[in-house]
Amino acid sequence: MRPPANPIAIAQLRERIERLEGRPARGRPVLPFGVRPMDARLPGGGLPRAALHEVAGGGAGAIDGAAAALFAAGVAARTRGKVLWCVTRADLFAPALSQAGLKADRVIYLEGGDDKTVLACFEEGLRHGGLGAAVAEIARLTMTASRRLQLAAEGSGTLGIALRRWRRQTDATDFGQPTAAATRWRVSVLPSTPLPVPGVGRARCGSSS
Amino acid sequence: MARVVSVFLPTLPTDRVRRQAGDAAPSPDTPLVLVGREGRRRVVVTAADAAAVAAGLRVGMPATKAQALVKGLVIQDADPAADAEALDRLALWMLQRVAPIVAADPPDGIVIDSTGADHLHGGEAALLATLVEKLLSVGLNARAAIADVWGAAHALARFRAQPTDVSAPGEAVADVAPLPIAALRLPPDLVSSLRVLGFDRIGDVLAEPRAPFVLRFGPELGRRLDQIAGRLAEPIEPIRPAALIEVRRAFGEPIGAAETIRRHIGKLVAALCDALERKGLGARRLGLICHRVDSRAQAVRVGTGLPLRDARRITRLLSDKVETIDPGFGIEIMTLAAIVTEPLAPKHTASSLVEDLEPDVSGLVDLLANRVGERNLYRMAPVASDVPERSVRRIAPLAIETGEEWRGDWPRPARLFARPEPIDTVALLPDHPPAFFTWRGVRRKVRRADGPERVFGEWWKRDPELIAVRDYFRIEDDAGERYWIFRAGDGEDPLTGSGRWFLHGIFG
Repeated sequence: MRPPANPIAIAQLRERIERLEGRPARGRPVLPFGVRPMDARLPGGGLPRAALHEVAGGGAGAIDGAAAALFAAGVAARTRGKVLWCVTRADLFAPALSQAGLKADRVIYLEGGDDKTVLACFEEGLRHGGLGAAVAEIARLTMTASRRLQLAAEGSGTLGIALRRWRRQTDATDFGQPTAAATRWRVSVLPSTPLPVPGVGRARCGSSS
Repeated sequence: MARVVSVFLPTLPTDRVRRQAGDAAPSPDTPLVLVGREGRRRVVVTAADAAAVAAGLRVGMPATKAQALVKGLVIQDADPAADAEALDRLALWMLQRVAPIVAADPPDGIVIDSTGADHLHGGEAALLATLVEKLLSVGLNARAAIADVWGAAHALARFRAQPTDVSAPGEAVADVAPLPIAALRLPPDLVSSLRVLGFDRIGDVLAEPRAPFVLRFGPELGRRLDQIAGRLAEPIEPIRPAALIEVRRAFGEPIGAAETIRRHIGKLVAALCDALERKGLGARRLGLICHRVDSRAQAVRVGTGLPLRDARRITRLLSDKVETIDPGFGIEIMTLAAIVTEPLAPKHTASSLVEDLEPDVSGLVDLLANRVGERNLYRMAPVASDVPERSVRRIAPLAIETGEEWRGDWPRPARLFARPEPIDTVALLPDHPPAFFTWRGVRRKVRRADGPERVFGEWWKRDPELIAVRDYFRIEDDAGERYWIFRAGDGEDPLTGSGRWFLHGIFG
């Protein structure tokens, strides 16, 4: 267990970093989750809007990125304006995004042939400034690329989400590498807990076997 | 490397006559020929449709002979001027849809410089296929080929395309070699003299030394061979309709640096926008043609989702493509044309002080669409269908927002496979979910399941779907991964489906 962090020391550190970065972090707009345990841990009480965020799935989610996509959709849904979603593999199912709150009219999908095209289009989307959020499904994200994206997001105030999705499970170790993203998330699925009652419908063997 | 598309319309005159006649046209299996005068007196067949050719009629045959040979032959007067006009109209249509450099290739073809334009249509093969299909849908029999040079594309379209043909870059000569001499675009008497000498294929001529040919037949043969090999340029003179809004700049000194090209693009765009503004138009498609000193042309084509007259945005779209222009030894003339235009009236942007406008993203959409191709940028719209893969359709990114959503509260997976993947299962029939399943070589135990959600086939679409059924289950394995699987069929009646199991999607 980690010792509890000294809040004063942390605040001082943040102040120093702000001075180094040359811009005030205080006034930066954030996007709160509305979930206290999460917001309380984020500086400013939410996801900074003008920044790049990294999301990846855990376990098999590193390859399919299903839960991570829904997380990204949920974040993007709470911004205003259109959302650009860049993919290399067109296997996203739009009704699921709609169920996560991201309405069909708001999402513009872009199918790039490779990671390079997707990154370039992602950056273009972040730089434009008219979008609410831009999401890109990419495997490799280098420090240089992420810094470009982060600067583009800062300049325009658009929320950027890099949804990391790999071809093979072994490639997913890449997720530990340092990038310029403001936050980094790993979204995993958990086994569900059974209801205390058998349910209101006809008993099925699926849940009891 | 340049890429040239040649479209061959073998029966353009008869197709035109049928199209103009509309409902009164003779049925497709009635032989139709067009006749015209040759020289002073003789009336000969100038065009024959597929049915007439099948009946043994040939172009150049006396009309009376044709009439005697085929019963029920429909004969009409040829009108070469109308044919040429139809060809020009077709070329114009392709100019608006395919690429900025298009020319009629009389008497029976159209040539298009498609360099750098194919990715906007989904690749070269797709470009040709759509082109031929579109022509066929308006009743024009067409074949098309793409190659490095005009000569090769011309030959392949006429002698190899079935109905389309793609010659790989650098393979033009090898692809053309097995074709007959007639594919070389030579005068007919020269072709027959060569055949008398025993040269049947282009490859035969290519293998021989050049000098004796020149002595005997003159330079024409050598010129055509050089054109196919790409040693001799064959510029395409693009058609320009009278109403086209076009601006041009000629340079005293040829330019080559990317920066200089960008600067001149800016000046051209400013002039074009002035011209568009005077007419109250906005551009939907723009073509920039750079004529090089070696008489080759480089073309850039950009499209926009909405009519556009904003100089800054047009410049941005074109500048994005500067790296695709190969200036060679220098560019001496640049022309910029608004190929497709639409009325664009000045618009009130903010109608009230309190209304919060959604930012305009059409500029970004144009930029990205020109980079990845129009068909790779889309929105998803709901379709009223229970079959999951049919419940979405792609629409243009700037299509009108309808606010429609998918109905129903059934959970849908975040990832849906284009093609359901077969899985091996251990399941109790008919209405239980599997207890185990094996997917991609990994055996998983099913912890929990929910279902079935029965989806019936859409009998109004295809007959075999009349009684087809899919039973969808949501299942969860040990690790908590949730999958969407279905069984083809209801598990009882083999007519409703094979009873095999498939994994169709993954829930988040």
